[in-house]
Amino acid sequence: MTELLFVILIGLFFAAAVYLMLSKFLVRVLLGVVLLGNAVNLLLFTAGRILREVPPIIPAGHDVPVALTANPLPQALILTAIVISFSFFAFLLVLVYRAYQDLGTDDANEMRVAEPENTPGPPTGY
Amino acid sequence: MAASPADLSAALVLSPVPPADWFVVLPPAWCLLAGSVLLMLRKKRRLQPLLAIPALALLVLFDALLFAHVLENGPVTMVMGRWLPPFGIAFTADLTGALFALAGGLVALAGGIYALTDIDGEGRRYGFYPFLLLLMAGVSGAFLTGDIFNLYVWFEVLLIASFGLLVLGSERRQIDGAIKYAFLNLVATTLFLIATGYLYGIFGTLNMADIALKAAAAREWLPLMTLAALYVLAFGMKAAAFPVNFWLPASYHTPRIVVSALFAALLTKVGIYAMMRVMMTLFPLEREELSLLIAAAGAATMILGALGALAQSDLRRLLGYAVISGIGVMLAGVSLGSPGGLGGAIFYALHSMIVMTGLYLAAGVAGRLAGTFDLNGAGGLHQRSALFSGLSLMLFFAVSSLPPFSGFWPKVMVVKAALDIGAWWLAAAILLAGFLTTIAFGRVYLLAYWRPAGAGRPAGDGRIPASAMLPIAAFAALALLFGLLPEPLLAVAQSAARGLIDPAAYIRSVFPGVT
Repeated sequence: MTELLFVILIGLFFAAAVYLMLSKFLVRVLLGVVLLGNAVNLLLFTAGRILREVPPIIPAGHDVPVALTANPLPQALILTAIVISFSFFAFLLVLVYRAYQDLGTDDANEMRVAEPENTPGPPTGY
Repeated sequence: MAASPADLSAALVLSPVPPADWFVVLPPAWCLLAGSVLLMLRKKRRLQPLLAIPALALLVLFDALLFAHVLENGPVTMVMGRWLPPFGIAFTADLTGALFALAGGLVALAGGIYALTDIDGEGRRYGFYPFLLLLMAGVSGAFLTGDIFNLYVWFEVLLIASFGLLVLGSERRQIDGAIKYAFLNLVATTLFLIATGYLYGIFGTLNMADIALKAAAAREWLPLMTLAALYVLAFGMKAAAFPVNFWLPASYHTPRIVVSALFAALLTKVGIYAMMRVMMTLFPLEREELSLLIAAAGAATMILGALGALAQSDLRRLLGYAVISGIGVMLAGVSLGSPGGLGGAIFYALHSMIVMTGLYLAAGVAGRLAGTFDLNGAGGLHQRSALFSGLSLMLFFAVSSLPPFSGFWPKVMVVKAALDIGAWWLAAAILLAGFLTTIAFGRVYLLAYWRPAGAGRPAGDGRIPASAMLPIAAFAALALLFGLLPEPLLAVAQSAARGLIDPAAYIRSVFPGVT
């Protein structure tokens, strides 16, 4: 049951992220990136099965856990993914801010410095 | 149920690791180490290349030793922390990975040498060499890892290093290109992570050999087709396959020319390698189902790439489209999946790494000599330096896949493999793309090299530094060598392809007990 709720939540996250990322304004795209990262983290968490909230700690004197515990591997994966998505978000935030400063716009359609419109084609004659 | 503490052999590798196996982890570990040392010495501009170039030369040596080891003994595996697979993260190098890593090391060394003159003191202070070493850590790690989540992490390592290289100098056009590159590549790696999350949910393991075994056992009732399609999209985006390739022509012409050369040689090839590894090892049957889709995407990629190259007047943008066109040939090889087709794709990828690096570096020299990258204004390069003109012509022949250069043989292999299964349209697309590429590069030679420098055309610096000439000459010579004597590389590429098609040896190297 919990899993179904999570699945619906992940779907909503993905829908909102895709909607925001389809915008031409980079600030919205950035918010979309944040939501996308969190949607994927929740997806990893759910893919590892939502088990009892028992921490995966092996009691003294045993070599294996005595009871069914939470799955620690998805948490390690999510931790990695959080670090990566956070550092990427930090980089993108600075990049978008610099773009706004240098290019004077946060509209992706108007960013034509690298690919100017109406560039002449190559010469057709010698 | 509690195992006695003495019985660790079920979970740990207890015997010491053979010294030769350390070569599997040495390339990425060495790059991380050297990269962090260079990062600490960031302000010592003179010292940077003096340390970085020997470090890159050592990387090539390690990659060559690993390649020799794999060639001799078959796939090699080493697990982290001595935990037995699938619990420990495994690094597994087979022939394909070792070949790609060796070619990548060579490209990085050439880039490091070319950067002596191309990257000024400012670029060095911004950290060109540390970023280059960290990029190589990501690239080598991606080629050598045997764990799919680890592969994702290496993708991110190389991606963040490539961001740093891309905005080196912070010019307006670089920031514009970087925005498109960064957002679209982030989406591609996120798709990869999504697919990996589902993969973990299905199999409960991330070791690729383990997944290959489990997938073979329970293929009927698992939703593997969806997963395979998601991976094709994610890696196709990384490899710049049509229609998800528009980040490449938007950004590859903006950074310093040596950075463009490194990107063109390494980044898209990591995507192709990952697609080969995942589709051949994990999802062979699903790849067959998707082969028509991959082949159609490949045909569109190569033809539209070549048409894009024809339409460009800026030499650097033209080269970006040439990279895309080459990716199409590799996709065609992956879609065929036969030893000939896949071997051709591997050979073509190695050829493309060498030739695209040489071409971008040559374009840098051409732009410096002519004073412009615009074909409307450039001219007279042949008059200025006949040697440079000859070397460029060799590379132009090679990228157009004309004999006797390295691009010819892999295309023959892929075309023959396509005709063998009756996919005449795929063979025709490859030949048409080659024809269009020949026209595009013939025109570059005619306009920028052969045409006399006219009045009113800008004139640049007349000198070609040795640090630029050396890598260009070396890569042109390699292209000629593999064109004249293709047999050794051809045999290795085919044997690497057979290793991908039948991953039994790969799996046995991870799980020695499995037959």
